Amino acid sequence: MTTADTLLPGLPDPVIDSQRVFRVVLDAMARPGTLVDLPLSLKVPAPLDPATAAVALALADVDTRLWLDGAVGADAVRAYLRFHCGCPLTEGPAAADFAIVVDPQAMPPLAAFNAGSDEFPDSSTTVIVQVPTLDGGEPWTFTGPGIRDRVRLAVAGLPPAFRGWVAENHAGFPRGVDLIFTSGTRLAALPRSARLEG
Amino acid sequence: MTGATGYNFAYLDEQTKRMIRRAILKAVAIPGYQVPFGSREMPLPYGWGTGGIQVTAAVIGPDDRLKVIDQGADDTTNAVSIRRFFARTAGVATTERTTEATVIQTRHRIPETPLVEGQILVYQVPIPEPLRWLEPRETETRKMHALADYGAMHVKLYEDIARFGRIATTYDYPVLVNGRYLMRPSPIPKFDNPKMHMNPALQLFGAGREKRIYAVPPYTAVKSLDFEDHPFEVQRWDQACAICGSADSFLDEVVTDDRGGRMYVCSDTDHCTSQQTRKEAAE
Repeated sequence: MTTADTLLPGLPDPVIDSQRVFRVVLDAMARPGTLVDLPLSLKVPAPLDPATAAVALALADVDTRLWLDGAVGADAVRAYLRFHCGCPLTEGPAAADFAIVVDPQAMPPLAAFNAGSDEFPDSSTTVIVQVPTLDGGEPWTFTGPGIRDRVRLAVAGLPPAFRGWVAENHAGFPRGVDLIFTSGTRLAALPRSARLEG
Repeated sequence: MTGATGYNFAYLDEQTKRMIRRAILKAVAIPGYQVPFGSREMPLPYGWGTGGIQVTAAVIGPDDRLKVIDQGADDTTNAVSIRRFFARTAGVATTERTTEATVIQTRHRIPETPLVEGQILVYQVPIPEPLRWLEPRETETRKMHALADYGAMHVKLYEDIARFGRIATTYDYPVLVNGRYLMRPSPIPKFDNPKMHMNPALQLFGAGREKRIYAVPPYTAVKSLDFEDHPFEVQRWDQACAICGSADSFLDEVVTDDRGGRMYVCSDTDHCTSQQTRKEAAE
């Protein structure tokens, strides 16, 4: 059986659907900590969730290097992303434009990814972290651009050190990585500009 | 779906849109920072809003309702042709009502009607770099932004005060975004600067010739530069709009004859029309 036989389809309508996925990601990035729903349904290879795959399908292409953590690096997933995005895969998190983490407990610290430079902070990695739920964990409070007063985000399944990494990531502003948390068909974003309170 | 055959939805090819979308996301994550992007040749000349059009093309979808204004007006050449461009290439609905629009592309004004959450305001930007007339070298201005070294701009404003007794900049007035990046708000009158502060809408800026995209997320602090003894002030008029009677909107001076006759009317045509309708309904 060849890969083509087992390969799952990508976005049903690549033009319109990538626009719709982008708009929810933009909405999430513009309103940090707010949960948004994926506007479409998608069949994706395990262990990816639809939201995780949709973000990659909508934004990654031949110009972006993608890093996959050990758990997601299954052949089916690699073949799926290579075929639909055409993106080169990289072994080093510091070289990645996008990173997909499906096992947060085993993930490298955020500092291991590319934080960009002071002159070009936009060259940093966007880290997609797939978690069990977006509203069942310990609630963290954030302030900053895009947040009217304050927002509470309760992502579950993150390693104990993650809170410290987020604070450290913001402290380096304008350098830093931007986070997109995904779970099932929902997602929330945490750009570097979001300040952790308390 | 697409109005014009032979073209992709919203004119640009998908890889270009993805590249612009990635730039927009980084711009939102770093408010006020200018993200370089691979600006494409568009079917209209630089200076006509190629940056704004590319941002709009990357953002817009079939469910959107687009409004385009040029100096506040919906019915000038630039606004009409851009609106028609997207009606043809993306088949999107268009409107002249600020309250009905989901995406508003603007040249040199912010609508008088307050924007709401979920709306996206796309600015056409000629020169994105606020320090460009003070320091011509890109390598240097980039370093100045990296170090948040904005003393030169304060000196420029001080020199205005020393020479004219007041800050003489009336449009494209420099702002500090989120307390970090110095930003050019594009040539909007400084009258509009306070509207950028804590605006519920997402503000995106596109400069086509200069190949930069930047953003101000909703509810973000945008401070116009000033001094304690020379606080920032906006323009005021003695007149009210000659058509709708509005006393708090930005007015254009219109010369009516060759004997010195002139009238002042709202620059925002949608605002003017809705004020007239309201007045007529009251009478």
